Amino acid sequence: MTSATEPYAEFAERLATTTLLRFATAGSVDDGKSTLVGRLLHDSKSVLTDQLEAVERVSLSRGQDTPDLALLTDGLRAEREQGITIDVAYRYFATPRRRFILADTPGHVQYTRNMVTGASTAELAVVLVDARNGVVEQTRRHAAVAALLRVPHVVLAVNKMDLVAYAEPVFASIAEEFTAYAASLGVPEITAIPISALAGDNVVEPSAHMDWYGGPTVLEHLETVPSSHDLAHCPARFPVQYVIRPQSARHPDYRGYAGQISSGVLRVGDAVTVLPSGRTSTIEGIDALGESVDIAWAPQSVTLRLADDIDVSRGDLIAPSAQLPASTQDVEATVCHVADRPLTVGQRVLLKHTTRTVKAIVKDIPSRLTLDDLSQHPAPGQLVANDIGRVRIRTAEPLALDPYAESRRTGSFLLIDPADGTTLSAGMAGDAFAEGAGAPAAVPTDDEGWDF
Amino acid sequence: MSTTVASVTGGTDAPYALSHLDALESEAVHIFREVAGEFERPVILFSGGKDSIVMLHLALKAFAPAPVPFTLLHVDTGHNFPEVLDYRDRTVAEHGLRLHVASVQEYIDAGKLRERPDGTRNPLQTVPLTEKIQAERFDAVFGGGRRDEEKARAKERVFSLRDEFSQWDPRRQRPELWNLYNGRHAPGEHVRVFPLSNWTELDVWQYIAREGIELPEIYFAHEREVFPRAGMWLTAGDWGGPKENERVEKRLVRYRTVGDMSCTGAVDSDATTLDAVIAEIAASRLTERGATRADDKMSEAAMEDRKREGYF
Repeated sequence: MTSATEPYAEFAERLATTTLLRFATAGSVDDGKSTLVGRLLHDSKSVLTDQLEAVERVSLSRGQDTPDLALLTDGLRAEREQGITIDVAYRYFATPRRRFILADTPGHVQYTRNMVTGASTAELAVVLVDARNGVVEQTRRHAAVAALLRVPHVVLAVNKMDLVAYAEPVFASIAEEFTAYAASLGVPEITAIPISALAGDNVVEPSAHMDWYGGPTVLEHLETVPSSHDLAHCPARFPVQYVIRPQSARHPDYRGYAGQISSGVLRVGDAVTVLPSGRTSTIEGIDALGESVDIAWAPQSVTLRLADDIDVSRGDLIAPSAQLPASTQDVEATVCHVADRPLTVGQRVLLKHTTRTVKAIVKDIPSRLTLDDLSQHPAPGQLVANDIGRVRIRTAEPLALDPYAESRRTGSFLLIDPADGTTLSAGMAGDAFAEGAGAPAAVPTDDEGWDF
Repeated sequence: MSTTVASVTGGTDAPYALSHLDALESEAVHIFREVAGEFERPVILFSGGKDSIVMLHLALKAFAPAPVPFTLLHVDTGHNFPEVLDYRDRTVAEHGLRLHVASVQEYIDAGKLRERPDGTRNPLQTVPLTEKIQAERFDAVFGGGRRDEEKARAKERVFSLRDEFSQWDPRRQRPELWNLYNGRHAPGEHVRVFPLSNWTELDVWQYIAREGIELPEIYFAHEREVFPRAGMWLTAGDWGGPKENERVEKRLVRYRTVGDMSCTGAVDSDATTLDAVIAEIAASRLTERGATRADDKMSEAAMEDRKREGYF
């Protein structure tokens, strides 16, 4: 946000170079997540006067003498009535350096699917723990979801430091235990920050009570962590969304393939293959929303023109001929079941992968994962809401599928009920956790290990 | 019209970072193309307000050099600003688009809707809107709603399934994962689509400035006959204001939102240019709706309740 006195030209220039970071929060019911979110919004001056007045008015009418910042984030009638967060909500705030989209996800055990939803688009997850309780089952669950969804950065916010006398050893031991656990699951980057969301320590402003801590505040970290450019370093993938053919007097022969680059970089002149047909061509032109460019990268929406007149339609994938994904009709994946009706062996479903939807059948559900201790339960027969499990799926047509570990875009899919369109499950192709991850520390594992 | 290349913020983002506006634009275009690829009869709700103007601009870019493969739909309350209707008609003609109009006035004249005691027609839009959707068998309806506008909208999906009565049930929404939007629906149902979900008011204005998009002039400061009601400046006119005890005066104002004249307030402003408007909004301590919309103040859950019934 600018001040009223800042010259517009400087303001405009700064805004043009502002980047976007999507992140998610996770925490147990009483860990102070709403307070943290409220504090981030409030202290970054993203809560406007009328919103704050509305919160104060409602708090007063309920007999509370201080404004309940959780009311800023609980938007639905049922949430306010029950005082809990039911569903993912999206919040927006900005600092001079960055714009943030926060997926505010409920902490209840039964809402694992909501954390999965929030984490699916997040580049960073904030996991809250109560300094008095340390790492608990729910913390491990949140770390496991962040690891499963391959969220690149995880922040451990050790909250309520004011209630443990701002003691460094308390923070250090929690940070150590969590870091060992999350690292064993393959979380690539973990940052631990001691905070008090209630008192405001190390959320936006550095704490005066913890001079032993030399790291960033939560907001500083959010502002400086690298964002989505990682996608550009992966092999290029271009799911075709729509074929643009004006057939007009001005553009009689224009034929462009519209889509959003899901990973990597595309250049004019690149030799490409169209999957599943396997036909090859060369990128003749890239139209970036009205401008012709030589190079484009994820997540830009562009239109490609190919040198050869070959058959390409929605659902096809264009990729560099030298770096093609495997095509398969047998999908092995981890799914999080998000629907209220179960997913069963033998069930006929639709599988939506990038821009392609195909018929599929659930051949097997070899195991179900318990997030509490990462133990696996063989042959559960079905998955119910909020379950996470391994599945084997046979598709009616081949899919150009990357392992989720290599691409969150071309490795993810939905299972959909063909009868009424209900979204059943969120799928991630390939191994559940990052390759090479060892057995998690401080958690008992069964004979089979957890990496199913 | 430019795609900003490689912005570096604090030295932490590599050359392949997108500016936040490019990221939002790219996401919105992806959403438009998904709908074009998956639906039979999509329509864009177009009021001539800034959000719908930005939606149309994005749709034009998404399908260029081909025309936008959607028609437009305007719910005319009968109390719209003449400047905005003029803008609407010019835009439709300029781009060779087809416009459907659902008219609240016609419903009132036919006795199918009754004027409310408070005179506001905003909640009356729901019936003409939903009946038009059914009559034309629209299966995807683009709205310019943004999640930053209101706390019930913060819970809204990008693809939001509506039943045959156009109802929204916030507790039975489909989880939305990655950028995999599920648009499947039964006959009679439709999907409301919100490509600007992740945009804020400031993003919209910045984008308008960057792209050089023309707006109706009432968005900029001008002298206007207004009178105060419920803490807002309303435009005097034959829609029913002012009442006897309300005094009209001439003030320098502009609009942050444009909607029905009976419930959309003007704000005091001397911002006559885009730059000045952006500076003003960035410094404002009031939300767009808090400042200028009477209907959202009716009750704590006014927006949620109207959305449940099929409002956009």
